[in-house]
Amino acid sequence: MVSPTKAIVWNESQTSGYLAQLFQRTRQKRHWVDKIIVYLLTACSVLVLLPLLSILTHLVSQGISAINVDFFTKLPKPVGEHGGGMANAIVGTLILLGIAMGVGVPIGLGAGIYLSEYANHRFAMVIRFVNDVMNGIPSIVYGIFTYVVFVLPFKSFSAISGGAALGIMMIPIVTRTTEEFIRLVPNTLREAGLALGVPRWRVITDIVLQTAKGGIITGIMVALARVAGETAPLLFTAFGNRFWHSSLMEPIAALSLQIFSYAISPFDDWHRQAWAGALVLIAIVFIVNILAQYFVRRQARLLSPKK
Amino acid sequence: MSRKDTGDIVFRRLMMFFACMILVIVAGILFELTRSSLPSIRKFGFSFLFTSTWDPVFEKFGALPFIYGTLLSSFVALLLAIPIGLGTAIYLAEYSPWWVRNTVSLLVDLLAAIPSVVYGLWGIFVLVPIMRNHVEPFLGKYFGFLPFFQGPQYGVGMISASLILAVMIVPFIISVSREVILAVPQVYKESAYAMGATRWEALISIILSYGRSGIIGGIILALGRAIGETMAVTMIIGNNVKISASLFSPGYTLASVIANEFTEATSDLYLSALVEIGLVLLFVSIFVNVIARILIWSVQQKQLSGMKAKLQAI
Repeated sequence: MVSPTKAIVWNESQTSGYLAQLFQRTRQKRHWVDKIIVYLLTACSVLVLLPLLSILTHLVSQGISAINVDFFTKLPKPVGEHGGGMANAIVGTLILLGIAMGVGVPIGLGAGIYLSEYANHRFAMVIRFVNDVMNGIPSIVYGIFTYVVFVLPFKSFSAISGGAALGIMMIPIVTRTTEEFIRLVPNTLREAGLALGVPRWRVITDIVLQTAKGGIITGIMVALARVAGETAPLLFTAFGNRFWHSSLMEPIAALSLQIFSYAISPFDDWHRQAWAGALVLIAIVFIVNILAQYFVRRQARLLSPKK
Repeated sequence: MSRKDTGDIVFRRLMMFFACMILVIVAGILFELTRSSLPSIRKFGFSFLFTSTWDPVFEKFGALPFIYGTLLSSFVALLLAIPIGLGTAIYLAEYSPWWVRNTVSLLVDLLAAIPSVVYGLWGIFVLVPIMRNHVEPFLGKYFGFLPFFQGPQYGVGMISASLILAVMIVPFIISVSREVILAVPQVYKESAYAMGATRWEALISIILSYGRSGIIGGIILALGRAIGETMAVTMIIGNNVKISASLFSPGYTLASVIANEFTEATSDLYLSALVEIGLVLLFVSIFVNVIARILIWSVQQKQLSGMKAKLQAI
């Protein structure tokens, strides 16, 4: 027979040992979870980069074979004929981007200046909000809008309408970045100008804009890089053209459109051209992005306090 | 003196004009799309959204298959992109050495900069064959008892489109959540460590409590992108007006039907029906964006008030 006291002692030691074991085990488990999670998270990052790697290697390996002098200087050849290029599409994309800048930059720049320098709080909030919402409107909707406004009345697809669609898409980005970079300009600079008797608008154009120039250019470049590859808004505005356009009121070729129509075609030769076009398009987009990075770095140096 | 004043007034008015252009354009889009889709709205009313016949020959139009396709592909894309995006964001913000963080962030930015049509090209020639020859047979063999993984395996279809959408929206989820995680005050993490939490426990509890609405805002923003994405999806979803439970079957989305059929629309009613689909897309994207902005905005407010509280404590 075991006496009651002894039984308690026995039970106690047993229980505390069990608890300690349990505690030890959960702690080990938690530390294992902690370790495994690190690997899982690393795997996620690798997984994200796999498509990029695949896209870039395919672009280079498939595209490089079709890139030659002809590609940049010749028109597309009809089906079955070997060779030919995308000269008209490359020029077309550049023209469309030029028109887009003509539409998007003044409005975006002006709105950005107004928001940061003039607007009262509530009105600025409204415009900022609408601007953000505008940034989220699908690109195809801009295509429909420009079709209704620019294509239907003139009864013709045109470079102007395509450029306008892209330009409208640039506005939210340019507005946002312009406003943010103008805000970074120290107030003392403005006050110095005003103290010298310079009118406010000259202070803005000659001092504020000059100081924020790098950042504003960055915004424009980022916007350009984003619309340069857009296809959806061009489908029924610029429409595409297998020949040189003779005026801006006519359909015009664009790299992205050409890639699209070649990619869904059944011809191997055209597929190769599509890859080459994509390689050129990606190169344009990346170069503009890198230039934007350069300008933003310069801006950061300019605005950092000097010792 | 008066000359300066005129210059000021003119400049100010001009800038205000540009700012108002933003409002005018958005209002103009709403107005023009509504006006152009009036014939279709008058003819079909609300049944446009709930019927599934799309027959240009007999001019019977219902958008349900496209709404279904858009919702399904975006939903599956989010399902794939959220864990991977969040995982990458946590890794970049908390675990990675600085050079990995910089490199990966740069590469993720590149991923975001790739044009949609290039994704589509890659989808047609790289992703679709892989899906047809490896992934879909595998899913069909081992998960074929589920209705989502039944039927013929074409390669082109819902699942490929969802996958490519996931790749396209992952950069958004990563950049927003990384910002949110980096914005968490260090004291929160330290107090979790002090309670004996492991690194992961500390992180996940903070992210789930402090960063929740910001991350949800980022995810909804990504959802908006997925809903409006046109080219890549059009190129690989298969373009088939049919509602099917199987992810293998070809489908259609709101954006891709516009891209495919707009220039071929022969009758006014057909065109009007397509514009109405654009209008639906517009309303959905505005709705999604407003929600996302409000969520992100509320996080910023919270951070501001948190900073004020900290300043007062000091």
